[in-house]
Amino acid sequence: MLQKAFYSFVKIAVLFLLGLNVRRKDLLPSKGPAIIVANHNSHLDTMVLMALMPLSRLKDIKPVAAADYFFSSPRKAWLSEHVLGIIPVERTSADKSVDPLEGCYEALAQDRVLILFPEGSRGKPEQMTDLKKGVSYLAERFPDAPVVPVFTHGLGKALPKGSFMLVPFFCDIFVGEPITWPGNRTQFMDSLKERFSQLSSEKNFASWE
Amino acid sequence: MKLLAIHWALIGIWALLTLASIVVFVVSKRSSKDMSELVQRTQSWWVMVAIFTVAFLVSQTISIIVFALISFLALKEYFSMIPTRRADRRVLFWAYLSIPVQYFWVYDHYYGMFAVFIPVYMFLFLPFASLLSQQTDGFLKSVGTLNWGLMLCVFSISHAAFLLILPATPESSAGGAGLLLFLIFLTQFNDVAQYTWGKLFGRRKIIPGVSPNKTWEGFLGGVATTFVLAMLIAPLVTPLDLAHAAAAGLLIAIAGFVGDVTVSALKRDLGVKDTGSLIPGHGGILDRIDSLTFTAPLFFHFIRYFYY
Repeated sequence: MLQKAFYSFVKIAVLFLLGLNVRRKDLLPSKGPAIIVANHNSHLDTMVLMALMPLSRLKDIKPVAAADYFFSSPRKAWLSEHVLGIIPVERTSADKSVDPLEGCYEALAQDRVLILFPEGSRGKPEQMTDLKKGVSYLAERFPDAPVVPVFTHGLGKALPKGSFMLVPFFCDIFVGEPITWPGNRTQFMDSLKERFSQLSSEKNFASWE
Repeated sequence: MKLLAIHWALIGIWALLTLASIVVFVVSKRSSKDMSELVQRTQSWWVMVAIFTVAFLVSQTISIIVFALISFLALKEYFSMIPTRRADRRVLFWAYLSIPVQYFWVYDHYYGMFAVFIPVYMFLFLPFASLLSQQTDGFLKSVGTLNWGLMLCVFSISHAAFLLILPATPESSAGGAGLLLFLIFLTQFNDVAQYTWGKLFGRRKIIPGVSPNKTWEGFLGGVATTFVLAMLIAPLVTPLDLAHAAAAGLLIAIAGFVGDVTVSALKRDLGVKDTGSLIPGHGGILDRIDSLTFTAPLFFHFIRYFYY
């Protein structure tokens, strides 16, 4: 309920303040288990991807985010879990006996759709960094779940890391063809990287120095 | 309810749109070529005319807000497609904030401030806001491009809204609403007429380095059509006499063309085909209002000089 109200508001704000140019929206998974993989530039990334989904399906869509950031205080943790619907992942875990991806496995087993940012951090806006391999473990465990790459541009300009002032920009959201499990993790990561480099070269983006 | 001249004009626009849609429908059914863009474009016209009609009939304030929104979308499109500097995020924010302020002057009937707010105050303020970041690399380019966008998307377009608050005159009871309708209709019709004449008879290119599809035949055909239409419509909704109506028709037709190729030059420089994808079949909002950025201020001052 709270989540629906929050994301209705987000939807309106995203449409009015930002404005999205979405290519191939129909490729977004309509049912789980599935994994949406996106590049990460801004807190807006999750908001926008959630805003693209129909409100009725929000409870089955789970952004995966860093526990050390989103669950750092009880209040933040409550908001992250109940309003944003986040699944926490430990980025730096001392305890090696617990698999940090356990929450993700569980959600996929329950036919949920995960939203994952394998860059690990928002980093410098509008610059992609190396992809972390976590996602390949998920794909290996659930080889039938489609992995859908989504490349976004402009959100890091609108709200970069370290800023609280939202400046309106039109943003591009390019959805790519889903990747099916190729048989091993290295091959999987390679095709994911390949897919992202294709999507990011679909348009000449205005420079932002 | 008694129908006023302005209502008849709106009814005329809807009738024209219906007629055009029927023609497009028949042509697209008969033609073997892919006409989906033309069909999409016609559908978008329905949406735009509907928004405009509703705003127009509901209230003047709503119409002013609609123009402020158009400026906002256009400026956002402009800022999204040009190279910008990270250091200027705050400056862009100020530029956006100038939109409600500028349209408030319109709402407030405050002509003196309306006419100088962007070309004087924002012109002086933006470079100041930009230098506060103390990043001088690209400073000139940045303040130049930001100010130009503000003039084009906000200052120019706000003149259309200012037409709206001009009072009725003894010659014309339609007042500002009639003038605005006259400007918008002729500007948009001129675009369509130039496009259509060009498609049918276009041979000699007029300015191939900027816009390879524009031809002399399209340009002259459009100018002639708009010229005649202006003289026909002016007595209905404006105080213009025949000579002034003819001059206004020429002004709108020629300025509209110049506005169109100016935005084309900008797009060529940036290497993009459309300014955005907001209006299916047309491209971005700047693609639709490019002519208006030139016709609105020129027609406004033409009217103001002769009649107000």
